[in-house]
Amino acid sequence: MARSIKKGPYIDEKLFAKIERMNNTGEKRVIKTWARRSTISPEYVGHTLAVHNGNKFIPIFITENMVGHKVGEFVPTRMYRGHTSRGKKR
Amino acid sequence: MARIVGVDIPDKKHIEIALTYIFGIGRTSAQKILTKARVPFNTKTRDLTEDQTVKIREIIENEYKIEGSLRSETTQNIKRLMDIGAYRGLRHRHGLPVHGQRTHTNARTRKGPRHRPGSKRRK
Repeated sequence: MARSIKKGPYIDEKLFAKIERMNNTGEKRVIKTWARRSTISPEYVGHTLAVHNGNKFIPIFITENMVGHKVGEFVPTRMYRGHTSRGKKR
Repeated sequence: MARIVGVDIPDKKHIEIALTYIFGIGRTSAQKILTKARVPFNTKTRDLTEDQTVKIREIIENEYKIEGSLRSETTQNIKRLMDIGAYRGLRHRHGLPVHGQRTHTNARTRKGPRHRPGSKRRK
């Protein structure tokens, strides 16, 4: 079920504060974060977030299209290397 | 056979049903259109007067997204998901269910016919 509109989007406050600070100072730095559940707000555009996938941090460059999605959507947590392709031989 | 919008040619049925032959119009929107055009739901398509047809056509053209433009919108939305590398986009790319369904079994609609090692049907 979708989140109630009444509540507004969930944005991780600490992450948001860091982004704001960087926007004010004009500084660009990769931010490490575990806040996968946080929504990407328009202020994030142009920054790079290093998002935790449960093992390591994957850098993600935020573009305009990504606004409104959650941070974790862009960093898969599962690895799938495919099955053995024995059936391919004829 | 009556032509309502573009290529759609439903006939012989109640107009409420006939309108649903248009991609992007279901029962609900068909009823809304007809209420707005003041046409009774159970008129047969061939019994529509010229005025009624014009009115229905007008409402659909101005207020509804239909057929080609609707289809291109959905494919564009899917393409957007794939381009930004979101999880839902990845699922679309791999042809797997998008809404978190199980894939251990089932999910045959998205995955297509079964293929396993030693399948008899392969040559």
